[in-house]
Formats: sequence, C-alpha cells, structure tokens
Amino acid sequence: MTEKKSNDNTSYFRGPLGRLADAGIDWAAIGFKCGLEIHQQLDTPRKLFCRCPAGRYSDDFDAEVLRHMRPTLSEMGEYDGTALMEFKTKKQIVYRLNRQSVCTYEMDDTPPFEINQQAVDIALEVALLCGCSLVGELHVIRKQYLDGSIPAGFQRTAIVGVDGAIPFMGRTLHIRQVSVEEDACREVTDRGHQIVFLTDRLSMPLVEVVTEPEIFTPSEAGEAAQVIGDLMRVTGKVRRGMGATRQDVNVSVTGGTRVEIKGVPRIKMIPPLVRNEGLRQRALLNIREQLNETLRRSPDYMERSVSDLMTDCTSPVISSALRRGEALWAIRIPGGQSVIHAPTQPGRTFTDELAGRIRVVACLDTVPNCFTGPDEHHITGRRWHHIRRRVRARKEDAVVVCFGPDEDVRTALTEVRIRFDEARQGIPNETRQALGLGITDFERILPGPDRMYPDTDSPPCSISDARIERLQAGLPTPPWERLATLRAGGVQEDAIGDLAIHPRYSLAARLLAKGHPGVLVGYILGQLPRWLKRCGLPSEAMADQVLEDLCEAVLKGRVNREALPALLRALVRRPPGSQAPSMDALFAELGLQPLDRPIKDVVAAALQASPPCLSADPEARIRYFMGVVMEGLRGRAQGRSVRDEVVRQIPPVAKATPKREGAEP
Amino acid sequence: MTNETHKGYRGAALAVLKEHGVRVWSDVEAVTTRGRFEGIVLPRSETEDDQHIVLKVASGYNVGLRVDTVQTMKERGFREAHYKIPEKEFPFDPQKPNVTLLGTGGTIASRLDYRTGAVIPAFSPGELFGAVPELADICNIKTHKLYGVFSENIGPEHWIGTSRAIQREIENGADGIIIGHGTDTMHYTAAILTLMVQHPPVPIVMVGSQRSSDRPSSDAALNLMHAAFAAGHGPIAEVMVSMFGPTSDQYGLLHRGTRVRKMHSSYRSTFRTIGDTPLATVTPSSMTVLAEHYNPRRPGDRTVKLDAVFDDRVSIIYYYPNMKPDIIDSLVDNGYKGIVIAGTGLGHVNKPLYPAMRRAVEKGVHIYMTVQTLWGYVQMFVYDTGRDIMSFGVTPAANMLPEVAYVKLGWALGHSQDIEEVRRLMLTPISGEITEREPIDGYLVMQGGLPEMEAFLKGHLR
Repeated sequence: MTEKKSNDNTSYFRGPLGRLADAGIDWAAIGFKCGLEIHQQLDTPRKLFCRCPAGRYSDDFDAEVLRHMRPTLSEMGEYDGTALMEFKTKKQIVYRLNRQSVCTYEMDDTPPFEINQQAVDIALEVALLCGCSLVGELHVIRKQYLDGSIPAGFQRTAIVGVDGAIPFMGRTLHIRQVSVEEDACREVTDRGHQIVFLTDRLSMPLVEVVTEPEIFTPSEAGEAAQVIGDLMRVTGKVRRGMGATRQDVNVSVTGGTRVEIKGVPRIKMIPPLVRNEGLRQRALLNIREQLNETLRRSPDYMERSVSDLMTDCTSPVISSALRRGEALWAIRIPGGQSVIHAPTQPGRTFTDELAGRIRVVACLDTVPNCFTGPDEHHITGRRWHHIRRRVRARKEDAVVVCFGPDEDVRTALTEVRIRFDEARQGIPNETRQALGLGITDFERILPGPDRMYPDTDSPPCSISDARIERLQAGLPTPPWERLATLRAGGVQEDAIGDLAIHPRYSLAARLLAKGHPGVLVGYILGQLPRWLKRCGLPSEAMADQVLEDLCEAVLKGRVNREALPALLRALVRRPPGSQAPSMDALFAELGLQPLDRPIKDVVAAALQASPPCLSADPEARIRYFMGVVMEGLRGRAQGRSVRDEVVRQIPPVAKATPKREGAEP
Repeated sequence: MTNETHKGYRGAALAVLKEHGVRVWSDVEAVTTRGRFEGIVLPRSETEDDQHIVLKVASGYNVGLRVDTVQTMKERGFREAHYKIPEKEFPFDPQKPNVTLLGTGGTIASRLDYRTGAVIPAFSPGELFGAVPELADICNIKTHKLYGVFSENIGPEHWIGTSRAIQREIENGADGIIIGHGTDTMHYTAAILTLMVQHPPVPIVMVGSQRSSDRPSSDAALNLMHAAFAAGHGPIAEVMVSMFGPTSDQYGLLHRGTRVRKMHSSYRSTFRTIGDTPLATVTPSSMTVLAEHYNPRRPGDRTVKLDAVFDDRVSIIYYYPNMKPDIIDSLVDNGYKGIVIAGTGLGHVNKPLYPAMRRAVEKGVHIYMTVQTLWGYVQMFVYDTGRDIMSFGVTPAANMLPEVAYVKLGWALGHSQDIEEVRRLMLTPISGEITEREPIDGYLVMQGGLPEMEAFLKGHLR
C-alpha cells in the first residue's frame, strides 16, 4: 500500500459535530485511545455456511427452540469471566424459527456446509483495499458467545488478512485484521430469565475490519468509522440500510482497561458515545481514588433481610414484589457513601453501574431494580434510616437494597460486592450497550482471547495466487484516491464525499480525465442527483451516457447550466425501461430548441410583454427583468450576455408608481 | 523427534519449517510474498495438505501460510501449550444413590484443547464434577474407563467386556449404571447388552452427545444429568438409551435398548423408539414412565444373569433391486454362519437370489428376514415371493429391527449352531426386540408443511 499524505476527508466529524464531541477535554493528556471493529453485512444471495437466503427479515415464526449455554473451561482451567457471568444468569434462550429464512444449520442441528466463496471473495477484496497481508489458507474458528445470540454458542469466523494500513487524517491508521464471519440473531425481548431471539439474520455473511487503537479523539472515531465504511461501500457488494453496518468501539484511558461499546448502529452516535465513555472511565478512576482513601483494608460487607421493614410500603414496585413473596435485602458497603451517587455519565451515577450488573447478572429488570438512598416514591427517609440501622451502616457507609426472588437477590448482592471490589481496582473490563443520547449501560464482562477454538467441522480453505490476482484486477479505486481525484479535478467540496463512494464515481473520473470542469461534473453527478433524491426522484437508474451527453451539451453551449434541473427532472420522470432520448428530442420536448433570433430581440420582446417593475432601485429592477427574460429563455442563453442586454434595454421607471398606503419606511 | 517437534507437518511444509529452524509452538515472525505474519506455529492435522503452515495470531484466530510464499521465518520464542482439565473432588453423599459410569469412548464429557482443537476427554469423577457440577446433586458417581474408542470401532470384544463390567459393578453394589458411548453405534451396543445382561436388578443407561461438550450449547451435560437421574433414581431396570426428546433443552427420552435407532445424522433428538412408544421421559430431577410394562428395579437384589457370547461370523445385507446372488455366495464361501437380510416391503428380495439363499441354508447358514422400512412386521405370506423365500428356510424375524436381528443372531450363534435352537432363541423375545402388538401410536413420522403440524410446531418447543 502506498501511503497517501493527503488528509482527504469530507465527513462532518471535522465540522461542528466533531468539535462538540472533542470540546473541553485534553484527550491526549488523559491517554485516550480508541479502536474500532466495523461489521458490514455482505450482499450475497445466500448465508455463509448454509444455503438459506440472506436478508429475508420477518418477525413471524413457525416454531421455537429452547437452549441454554454452559461455560466451557478456558486454557488455564478457569472459566472465562463472561462465561461464568452468563452461566450465573441461567437464562432460558428461545429461538424463533421461520422456515423461509433458517434451516437446521442455524438451529445447530446440522454441521456447516462449505463456506460461501462469494462472501470470501468480498472479504478478500476489503482486505486488499485495507492493504492487508492475505492468508494462504483460511481457518474457520469458533468464537464463543454465551449470551445466546448464536444458538451454537459460538460464531464461525475466519481471518482473511492481517496487518493492513490506510491513510487517515494525514497519517496512517493500522488495520489489525479483516475477517469474514456469520451474523448473530436479532434480540426480541430480554425479560427476567428468558431471552428471545429471531434467527432470520443469523449466519448472514459479515466482514469485520478491526483497527489498531490509534484513534485519539472522539471525532476521529467517527471519522475512522466513516472512512472504513466508505472503503467497504466502494466494493458495491455490501448491504445498506438499518443494521447492515454495526460498529464496536473500544475505549481506554491511562490507568484503565479496554471497554467495548457494542453494536453501535449509526456512525453519528460514535463521537458522543466515545466522549462519554472516556469521561466515565475518568470518573471511575476518581471513584477508585476516593474509595481507596476511605478504605484501607478489605471491606466488611454486611447483608440483612429488610422485608419486614417494608410492610405497608407505598412503592408500587416494592409492594408488588412483596405480594409475590419476593425478598428485600440490604447490603452495607463500607466507605461507599462518598461514591455511590458520584456522576459517571450525563444523568447517571455510580448507582447505575450497580443497576446494570443486577439487571444482567441477577435478571432483575424492574425499574428501578435497586435503591441506594431514600426517595419520595419508594423508600421514605424514616424507613431508609431503619434499613441503615439494620446493616449497622456508619455515616460513610453506603447501603444498597435489592429485591426480587430469593435466589436472584442473592446473586444481586454478590454482584454488588463484585462491582465494588472492581471499583477499588478501577475500570472493569466490560462490554457496554449504547442506549442512545450518548450513554451506555452494562451488557456483559468483556470476553478474553481464550474463547477461540478451531472449528473442527470446517476444512481449511486454500487461497490461491490466481484468485488474489483476479480480485486485485477488479479492485475498485479506494475512497481516499477517489477524493483526491475529485478534489484535484475541481469538484466542489460539498459534492465530493457522496460522489466518491457513488457507483457513478467512475463516470466522474472519466469526465474529469477528458478535461471537463470539475464544477460542472460535480453539479451534474453530485449536487443535482442529491437534489432530485430529496425531491423523491432517485436518479440511480439513469444511464451514464445520458449524463455524459448533458455534460457535453453544456460545454458546447447547446444548453445552459440553468436548464439542467428541469432536464434531469424530466429524465428521471420518464417511465422506467423507456429508451433514453436523444438530446435533440429531449430539448424539443422541453421547449429548449435553439433560439431562432438574436438575444437582443428576445430581450426586447420579453421586456415589452413584461408587467412593470414597481421598484425604483436600479439593481432590483435589473434582477426583476432578468428573472422575466430568463424564464422565457429557459436556459438557452448565457446569463451574462442576457444581463448585458437587459441593462441596455431596461425601461425607465414608470411615473405612475402608486405609493403603498400605510407602509412604513 | 521430528514427529513431535513438527507434529503433523510433512513434505514441503516440513521442509520449510526445518529450513528456517522453526518448530511447532515456536512464536514466529514470518515474511511472505503476501505480507508479514506473527503468531505461534500450531500442529497440523495429518489429513491436511503439506502446502501450508498454521499460525495462531494474537487475537486467537488461526491462519494458514502457503509455504511457497514464505520468504523468511524467525523464531522469537517458544510457547508450548499444556492443557489439563481441573479436577475437583466429587462430593459423596450417603443419602444419594451410587452410580457407576463406564466409559467406552465418545465425547460425552470432554474439553477441547484451545490451541490445537484436539478433544481431551473429561472422565474421572473429579473432571466430571469440574465440568458438570450439577451431577453431584443427583447421585454419587464412580467411574471406570473401559475403552477409549470411537463408536464405529466398537465390536464384540467391547460388548463382552462392557457386560462383564456391568455385572461386576452391580454385584459390587451400584444402584445404577451409566455407559458413556459414541452415538453412531449406540443402538447396536444397547441391543446386545440387553441380551448379554438379562433381567438386571438396576437401570443400565447408555448416553452420549450429539454436540461435543466443548460447545456451549452441547447436549452432553443435560444428557448426563438425565442418565444420572434415570440410573440413580429411575424405576426401570433395563438397558436403555437416554438422549434428547426434542432438540430443545427440555427433557430426555429413555428408549428400550432393543427398539431404539439413531435416525438423523446430526440432530440432538436423533434417537427414536421404532414401532413402540419410549419407556419414559426424564429431566435432571424427575422421570415420567410412559411404558405399561417394564422390568422394575429390584432393591437389594445384586444378581446379574450374564450371557456374554458372540459369534461374529454374521452379516447384514441391505437388499436393493438387481442385487446379484454372488453377494450371498461370497458370504457363504467366506465362512459366514448367519445372514440378516433387510428386505423390501414385507420382507422380499428378487428371484435371482433364490438359488443362492437355498444353497446357503443347505450349507448351514442361518438366514433371517427383516424389513428395511424399519417400521412394521415381516409378513411373508401375503405374496408368493414371501412364501417362496420361506420355503428355502429363510426365517422371518417379525418386527425386529435389522441391527437388532444382526446382534441377536451373533449372540444366538454363540450359543448353538443348531437351526432349530437358533430359531428358538431368535424368535423368543428377551426384552421387546419382537413385540406382539404395534401400538397405534408406534409409528409417528410427522410431515412438516401440513397445517395441523405447523399449528403444533408453533405451539410447542421442538
């Protein structure tokens, strides 16, 4: 890969949106680092390891299957953190099956078929664009997921390339690896001990691009996602639309560990999420300091049932829990009072860190699912005082109250201890889910590298030189080179970004190579189609030749720039499948035949027929009469020569101009 | 030793490894014409080609390098993996029944070596407890590893050895027996054990897994729990197969050893009772008996009638149109003493086989007819063909499954070569291998796509 020096980007993250996400923090000083994992669905007709159709979504289902996930032992004979947590939750996992979109492979009742070579080709293409070292042999690996999102308990995935680099913000962004893998299920509901998934998306082919953690501000994270997204789009072989691209964002700051924000569906969400995550990690580091200051020894937690203190409680969540025979327990957190309500994210405190864990691990999902202080709706000050007395809390101690079925409350209390122990260590290794508004909530413990197994069901697949040569030959121009070409050709800035990743880029490049002015090319191929799209008139189906002819016609003076919107609108409104008209026929149809008399005469006739201008201001009068004349000309003459003629022939101000009544100057 | 330091590599790949002084488990940096790679050299499966070297890269993925692209390879370190399943002492509770788990192979409890993908069996009680701690809530478990073979390699010596081990364990006080077995031939073993260990006082439960236990959604743990409950607490003292009822993690079915068959190459719910209803449903904490008649558990009784004989000069022929008589002739000429035919329909074969069958019977070969339809009885009186075939001395085996007839004929020939005595043994059912009646719900192969089936599927976990 030849590295480009140019800082070619047109994305809006370098504008106000990016400035907002970066504002007020010295990101370098806090050691902010971020890496991306970008998942992109591939546009293949079939899934990756079976012959089911891909991209057929439906909420209807014909049958259901129930499964559980058990942790498997790690290499060191320990259970993986995620695995253990997910096993603790003891979730019943229900998969909904639609006979149109899944077969017995997705149910994990049939071994995989041969990997979809079309998908491998697209992944190789992406790896080539990323400048990766391509593997000689593809090895399918099982990556364990115990959250139930894949019925087998693992995702089949294979690396196609490693160690790539792309130009980014005037420097190089290294690509750790590019892999081809199967997509997971769509979650329907997750309530209590049951989680329900739809399987239609399961096993659709994805390509995953993983960057090194070389992104240093929130706005850069958005920018990098955009660049890599563009890179995959120029292949023309990826799916579009909601959910077709999802990014996992890894964030860390000095003194902390890697936290992953999973499945961010829109690039615009990335900078604020990343900003808030950086700040959350700073807040957690402060909390660590505070806790370790007040607490030198290992904390002496105390747990007591407090159900008896809550009789006649008016809180709907508590009273209905008690009616169901559930338990209320309090746990004392020594030295925790100073941090329990410490802010961590906008509108959120450390209590929410606990609530997230309790929701996921103990499956207690009422809102709220724990209490850390008195409030008017749930626990009165007096009751809270009694609760604190029950667990012998001193002033500096925090108290957390959990409620629910007995076994779950025990799990919850253990989880509260674990989370506080982690708080004394700093930032727990977590996977977090994006909630919108830039905030995140706990999803699960970040899995370690020990969850990768070779897939004994799939043979390795050799990647021949001939195959790579074939793909290399058909490789699209990468987006950064496209941007450079368009910019060098003089295309206007606001058209460059869209045009670079548009299928019509190759036409633009050809026209620029012919020496056509960039401004005209950008207008016809970029700005006008965008305007038409906004009018609900997509111009994708229009033949390249028609656009090229229009461009030539403008250059030859056959038609004026001003006539182009009307021309294009007429063209896209033609019934689909109808033959592209010749330029002459088209001009005739729109009344754009060449002028049959000199401009001087046309202007004279137009001024004659025009209603009088009411203004006395000379400039306004010129504008007024220009409008009148140009409308009749419909773009058949250059504006400048028309203006000259108008100025020459402009009628004198009418004497009988009536004063408007009551108009204040 | 080259074999270990370059495990699985040969030919071109081995030459490249040696040329660069690199071994299996070397942490290497490789430069190839396709770019740079870093990782640990993994052993290669011997069945794969000699054109690639496998690396595990830092992210845990494996990649293959083509040897003809390798320019340089440098060993930066060496990280050999040793993988062991942690042992935790299996707790003993005097209140709980004592169950012996006999291992023959298969992957009922195993872990995968993270680096090589090799399956390491978990078998000792400590390992089992480490992998499936819930077992301790059901019963006390003692284990004996008898064999470590894939089920396709199981044969008469394993059957005889296993039945002896069962006898020993029951006499030594086991309240139930579990036999871990590969699933492919589990129904053959279940059938022969029914004959070799007749009228046992305690349950003998065979169990396996359709998804090896290194997979998070494996059926192994649940199958093991079901088997432990049936063996330790169940009232049915027969040789049974305990495997998934539906493909969902819902309940297991206990199938009678002589009426069970593996019916799908990969489904979890692959074992089905053929021509009858299953004996019972089972969960880790309960069992619901479905059968009206069964051999009940006899508490305190430790007597086992062992009848472990087998003559392996027996074969099974799956009839197909245009089968030539030389198939039967060659069996006879090679000294086979018993032939089970899986015939078409009610138990038919074509006319050209008649002389060969007549010759075989005259030479003292015992021929039994079963049906390749699996469900239903042999009925050789309906058509002339059937009557002709019987006239040569071919014996219809009622509704005995072909595989069951095969093991039973070997067992019967182990007792006698006398045509009448063998026939008496074959046609006297010991435990359901021939039933007098087929229940009205003994044949239920539902068809998807029918509105009533779709309605059923939508309302039930499958």
